[in-house]
Amino acid sequence: MNRNTAVRLLSLALLASLTHAHAVNITVDCGSGSGFASCKEDAENWAKKTGNTVTAMQTPNDSSQKLTIFQQQLAAKSADIDVLQIDVVWPGLLGEHLLDLKTYVDPAEIKQHFPSIIRNNTYEGKLVGLPMFTDAGILYYRTDLLKKYGYKSAPKTWADLTAMAKKVQAGERKAGNAKFMGFVFQGKNYEGLTCDALEWVASFGGGQVVEDDGTISINNPKAVNALKTVASWVGTISPAAVVTYGEEDARNVFQAGNALFMRNWPYAYALGQSDGSAVKGKIAVTALPSGPGGTPAATLGGWQLAVSKYSKAPKEAAELASYLASKELQKKRAIEQSMLPTLPSLYDDKEIASKMPFIPDLLDVFNNAVPRPTTPTKSKYNQVSNAFATAVYNVLTKKQTAQTSLKNLETQLVRIKGRNW
Amino acid sequence: MTVKSTFKRQASRGLEARRSTTALWLLLPTLLMIAGVAGYPLLRTIYLSFTSYNINTDPGPTWVGLENYWLTTPEGVGIGLLQTPEWWQAVWTTLKFTLVSVGIETLIGLGIALVINSQFKGRGAVRTSILIPWAIPTVVSSQIWNWMYNDSFGILSSWGQKLGLLQVGESFLSNPETALWALVSVDVWKTVPFMALMILAGLQSIPSDMYEAADVDGASRWTQFWRLTLPLLKTTLAVTVIFRLLDALRVFDMPFIVKGNAPETMTMSIYARQQMFDNAQLGYGSAVSVLIFLIIMVIAVVYLSTSRVKFD
Repeated sequence: MNRNTAVRLLSLALLASLTHAHAVNITVDCGSGSGFASCKEDAENWAKKTGNTVTAMQTPNDSSQKLTIFQQQLAAKSADIDVLQIDVVWPGLLGEHLLDLKTYVDPAEIKQHFPSIIRNNTYEGKLVGLPMFTDAGILYYRTDLLKKYGYKSAPKTWADLTAMAKKVQAGERKAGNAKFMGFVFQGKNYEGLTCDALEWVASFGGGQVVEDDGTISINNPKAVNALKTVASWVGTISPAAVVTYGEEDARNVFQAGNALFMRNWPYAYALGQSDGSAVKGKIAVTALPSGPGGTPAATLGGWQLAVSKYSKAPKEAAELASYLASKELQKKRAIEQSMLPTLPSLYDDKEIASKMPFIPDLLDVFNNAVPRPTTPTKSKYNQVSNAFATAVYNVLTKKQTAQTSLKNLETQLVRIKGRNW
Repeated sequence: MTVKSTFKRQASRGLEARRSTTALWLLLPTLLMIAGVAGYPLLRTIYLSFTSYNINTDPGPTWVGLENYWLTTPEGVGIGLLQTPEWWQAVWTTLKFTLVSVGIETLIGLGIALVINSQFKGRGAVRTSILIPWAIPTVVSSQIWNWMYNDSFGILSSWGQKLGLLQVGESFLSNPETALWALVSVDVWKTVPFMALMILAGLQSIPSDMYEAADVDGASRWTQFWRLTLPLLKTTLAVTVIFRLLDALRVFDMPFIVKGNAPETMTMSIYARQQMFDNAQLGYGSAVSVLIFLIIMVIAVVYLSTSRVKFD
């Protein structure tokens, strides 16, 4: 060992001890299910690079349940979670408790993302979340079965979808798969149903429940029609138990080869095409169908990385959030998990286009996606969403007709609105 | 004589006073503990129920009086808890769930207790094994049942579909008419062991010579059950049933895990959670909690006074 190397080693050790003196532990919410492992790995890579440590935290898959955990943690000003993954509809609910990331993150980096998402993530002038991936409801279909039954393309209208599902379901059941269903979606009474139902209502031209100026618009004939159509699916082309399905329940049925169509988020694509999937190589995605006289509508989803205001290491937490939201990792997530990037530049990326051919096509779907009514309903969004999902659920379970249910919902929304939104 | 007795009384009063002071000191830590962990949260909840407090946006609670309970807006819309149909629906669901599940559990529990109270080979093993459902954590057993009820992978749906009770893609949980009863059966499965064990303890406290005497008098087994066993079991039964009643009235975990916020199986506690944590309305949610507390208290008082249970 010559002297030079010794000096270098010594200075390295010094440097290491210096960084170690400042090393912090960051707790990062990594969700659960398929995304958990990769999020944990990415966070640990960051930890290795920076000399800090991370704890990957598991949180529920059901976004409604995840929200309640965050609401309680943040209301108690707990420093237990540093980096949170928040849904696109939460900035207005949790913004009060989140850090302004503009002070920590390079403005050039923020500019790379879609301006609409950055606007969505801005709460009272603060940037409370860095976009991690975006989401829009899409229609999955079985290419092999459409071909088998002589269909040239995926359905463009809900009426087409119904007719195709009926025919294929009857044929496949006769061919021996007694469990085969035409169409699966999210019908359980939770946030996912709000997303699905908003798509139905909007694609029939029935508005977005509460309009941007605060008017409660849901009780209209087009919305009634939309819900009537959906109710007619339950027990015919969709399993009666679709009212107990979340995203994963629908995916389980579709991925086992027991359904022709599925409404889901883009994440299900990578899993459906993975080894061990019964439908590998037999699925494709497209925009959701439209109702009579309406245009296709996809609910805007997506997750953001936020930092708790009560974090003991805000600088490092923001650094980790920015690392997880980086272009490099978004590309990795797009290729490995079919998650839509939030940077327009990645939609031209050749590698993504070759591995996940549907992603560049979704740019349009995503650009025209319908937002949930968070802006007009402000901090009462979750109450509105709960009431809307419950009203739709009552129609799906045939406890109420579409007319009565939407009329009741209107009263209930007036009740939630109280003096004002 | 009078002097003597007065003196005696005084002395004993002094002794009693001293004793009760000692008792008070000995009890004080417990009383403080109860005040801290039960009294304070209860009073705080009652206080919060008179406030408006959104935990996401409000810095603290604001006093609104009775508005959470009863409030009609200028447009004539009732927005108070007592004017909300969803709340009354939850109350009614909870009452149905409680009456039916506790009723069935008591009957089956009594039957099982009578069987395992008799002498037979392997009685110890049977007694231990029936406890298994009670020993499994509720979250775990609820998930197991959830899977058994699953429409496309669950065994119960598979049986139901083979028997023609269910269509393809239907499950006992998905039909709003049967969902509550599907949950009642999970609760029965889980709680019968507890009932059986409590009743068994009661049975074993009945002296066997009473049965011998009844045998000598020529009473049939049936008469023995109605005239001897049941009257002597009354206190045990009454106590066991009140435990279960209170438990069932505040049921939350199992229905929530299996059915989430579905309206047809929403119990009072699930409604409280939805208001408090989903909707972040801590004030309104506290009002719900206070009403749950009052409802359970009224039921307990009515039950205890009609069944004349003596706890001493």
